[in-house]
Amino acid sequence: MVAGVKNWVRFEFPSLPENIAFARACAAAFASQLDCTLEEIEELKLVVSEAVSNSIIHGYAQRPDGVVILEIKLGEQKTIDIVVEDKGCGIADVDQALQPAYSSASDRMGLGFVFMQSFMEDLEVTSEVGVGTRVHMAKSLLPTGEDYRE
Amino acid sequence: MHVDLESVRDTLMARIKGEIDLATADDLRDIIDERLKREKYKAVILDLGGVSFIDSSGLGFILGRYKRITGQGGKLYIVRARPSVSRVLELSGIKKLIPVYATENEVFQN
Repeated sequence: MVAGVKNWVRFEFPSLPENIAFARACAAAFASQLDCTLEEIEELKLVVSEAVSNSIIHGYAQRPDGVVILEIKLGEQKTIDIVVEDKGCGIADVDQALQPAYSSASDRMGLGFVFMQSFMEDLEVTSEVGVGTRVHMAKSLLPTGEDYRE
Repeated sequence: MHVDLESVRDTLMARIKGEIDLATADDLRDIIDERLKREKYKAVILDLGGVSFIDSSGLGFILGRYKRITGQGGKLYIVRARPSVSRVLELSGIKKLIPVYATENEVFQN
C-alpha cells in the first residue's frame, strides 16, 4: 500500500451511459468507509457522475466502445482522491472547458466542471487531443482545522 | 427511472421517480415531449419527489423542457424536490428561471 493511502480501488468499464449510475454508486459505497456525512456522499456521487458523463459525451462522443477508468484513493488523513480517465478525443482548450456555462453540446448546461470545482478542493484536468483526458479531484473530509485521530 | 403523466385541467403533471442522468434524461425528454406534441397545456409541473439524484444531464433535461414550454407561451414549475436535488437546482441557477414549490397545490394557489 502506498504511504498515506488507507484503501484504494481502480476499475474500468465501457463508455455506456448506464455505467454512470454504477460508477457513482461504487464511489459512494467505497467513500462511506471514511464515515462521511450524507451531504458529502451526495457531493461525491455528483462529481463522479459529471466526470464520467464528460468522458462518455465528450471524450467518446457517446460511442459505447470506449473505456473509462475510475480510481479512488482514501487517505489515512481522511482525504479522498478521485481520478476519472478516458482515452477519447481529448480537450483542445482545457481552460475554456473549465469556464462556467461552456459546453460543446447544445443541450447541456456546461456545469460539470463547475460542480467539480464547487464540491472538491482540488481539480486538475490534463488532456491531449487524440490521446485522452484525465480528471483528478481531491478533498479532505475533515472539518477545517481538525486533526485526524483514529 | 419512471414517469407518470397526468392531465389536471390545462396542466400536465409529470411525476418522476428514480435518478436523472445521461442514461435516463433522453427517455424522460421523449416521453414528456411526445405528450406535449399531442396535447396543448398551459403549464407543466415536474414533480421531483421521487427523484433521488440529478446531475447536469438532468438539469439539461429540465432546461430543455423550460425552453420548449415557455416558447409555446406556457409555464414550467418544479415541486417536491428533495434537499439533495434542491441543492443542485440552486447551484445551477435554475431556480432563478423556474419557480420551485413544495407541492402542486401551492402552484395552483399562486
